[in-house]
Parts: sequence; structure tokens; C-alpha cells
Amino acid sequence: MGKEKNDSFDARLQSAERRYGLVKEEKPQLDANVEADRSLAALAFRAGTEMLAGLVVGVAMGWELDHWLHTRAVFLVIFALLGGSAGMLNVWRLVRTMDVK
Amino acid sequence: MAGGSSINVLEQFELHPVLGGLGEALRFSQSPLYMIAAVCLVLAFLYFGMRPAAVVPGRLQAAAEVCYEFIHNMAVDTIGPEGAAFFPFIFTLFFFILAGNYIGLLPFSFTFTSHIAVTFAMAFMVFLLTVVVSLKVQGLRFFAHFMPDGASPFLAPLLIPIEILSFLSRPVSLSIRLFANMVAGHVMFDIFASFVIMLASFGVVGDVFAIGPIAINVALMALELLVGVLQAYVFAILTCIYLREAVAH
Repeated sequence: MGKEKNDSFDARLQSAERRYGLVKEEKPQLDANVEADRSLAALAFRAGTEMLAGLVVGVAMGWELDHWLHTRAVFLVIFALLGGSAGMLNVWRLVRTMDVK
Repeated sequence: MAGGSSINVLEQFELHPVLGGLGEALRFSQSPLYMIAAVCLVLAFLYFGMRPAAVVPGRLQAAAEVCYEFIHNMAVDTIGPEGAAFFPFIFTLFFFILAGNYIGLLPFSFTFTSHIAVTFAMAFMVFLLTVVVSLKVQGLRFFAHFMPDGASPFLAPLLIPIEILSFLSRPVSLSIRLFANMVAGHVMFDIFASFVIMLASFGVVGDVFAIGPIAINVALMALELLVGVLQAYVFAILTCIYLREAVAH
């Protein structure tokens, strides 16, 4: 009986503390990646830039290699494809962490 | 903003020499001027905020302490105990970008974060730091990350270049994100402001309808205040994530 009373007191104390914001609410631990883009629009924008960034790096590298080795468009084609794949990989890495939870 | 019916929305991003003859001689444009202003603003905020050094902080001191603790927690929570070593760098980066974004929202001012040269320079600095830290912590094992675990060795010629390109694309995506957000926001301001001028040429009816774009611009200002802090936060947290990968064994 006495124990039960204590329990109810503890429960009431806890709820009162929570009401006045004295206890820290346990925040669900999110991955920092997910936390950085909570809104869907931000995520979509981030996925877009990740994809574009891969392609930009690939094309830039292919362009420079072609320029340097005087092989017109061979490296540009190869590196554009590789860069596009790298962009897809970036997006995959970004989205995969969201799927787990 | 140009007069007449044609309004060039990208004109606001052009660089001009400032400070008269001296600026002309030094090729000193408004971009470095506003960078210096941003640095001075942050330093003044921290200096005057922390000068009382009171046990019970006043308003400005409390604000300065909140800023300090916010970044410190972010660095330590994301990177781990080693994060404390990178805290000054991340703090500087975050407040430099934040001050730049916010100063750019003042009328007649210039947003230096709207230039990809600036954002890429910062992102490349972060990239170099992560590479140096990775090489120092992990040594040559760092290069093993470019081969995914459990993949067939026959696929290595294809997978390794893709992984390397993916790694190299980090500073690019980091810089494009900040730059594109800033440019998009300021272009929208200009477009809606130009609607007001266009409508004003239609007489009284136009004057009444011009309230619409003005209201949208007010709402956009609220959005830009959010975007300014969000992009600074994203830049800082991604720096933390990259550094966490660098210090992980």
C-alpha cells in the first residue's frame, strides 16, 4: 500500500517537473545526416546538389585530361559516366541512412 | 537595380571597387569589405558579450555563451571527444557564414556567400583539412576506404574511380549548396521587387496590386533569415561529419 503511494507520488512529481520543464526530455537520437535536413525540400535540394557535384567533378576531370593528353572526348566520356555514377552513389549514401530508422 | 522595364536580377552580384582610389589600386571590391565587416561583427559580439565575464550572465553574455555551447556541443556530439580540437575551426566557419548571410540581407549590402569562389574556397579548406587529418590519424589505411568492403576484385577498376570521384565531389556539393541557396534567395527578392516597379507604372490599379509582391518580399525575408542560419548550420554539421569520418579508425 505504502509503496503504491510512493509510486503515485513519484509519478505526480515527475509529471509536475515535466510540466514546468525541469526535466530534460529524452530526444530521439537521430543521425546527424538526417538531422541536418529535416524538411523534405531541403533533402531534395541536397540530393540534387550531391548528384550535380559528382557530375561536375567527373566532367571537369575528363575535360582537363583530354586537354592535357590531346585525346579529344575520350576521357570526357569516361569521366562523365564515372562522375554521374559517383553522384548517384552520393545520393544513395544520403538516402540510405534515412531508411534505417 | 536598373531602371526601366528591363531589370537585371544578377546585377546585384557584380563586384565593384570600393573605397575610392585606394580600393581601385588594390582591386578591393565589396566582397572582402563585407567579409571584414562580418569578422568584425562576430569579434565585437564575442568581445563585448564576454567582457563582463559575470557569473550570472547578462543578456549579451548569455547569447554569446549559448552560441559557444551550441557549436561546442555540435562538434563534440558529432565528431566525438576529438571534436573539441576542431571546435575553433567550426565555430569560425559557422559564424563567418552566418554573419555573411545576415549582413547580405540588409538593404544596399552585398552577400559574399553568394559567390562560388568564396564558398568553394571555404569548402576546399574543409576538404584539405579532412584529408590531412585522415592521413595523420589513419595513415595509409585511409586509401583502403576507396575500395568498398566485400566487393569483387574484378570490379575494382570501376569502383575505385567512382569512390574517388565521390570523395572529390564533397567540396563541390558543399560549396554549391550554400552558393545556390544564397543566389536563389537574392534573385527572388529582386524579381518580386521588380514586380512592384512594373505594377507601379500601371497607375492606381497597379499601386493597389503592388501590395502583393511587397507582402511576398516580407515573407521571403523571413524565409531568408531561416535559410541563412540553416545553410550555415548545414555547412558546419557536414564539416563535422567529414571530420568524424577522418578521425574514425
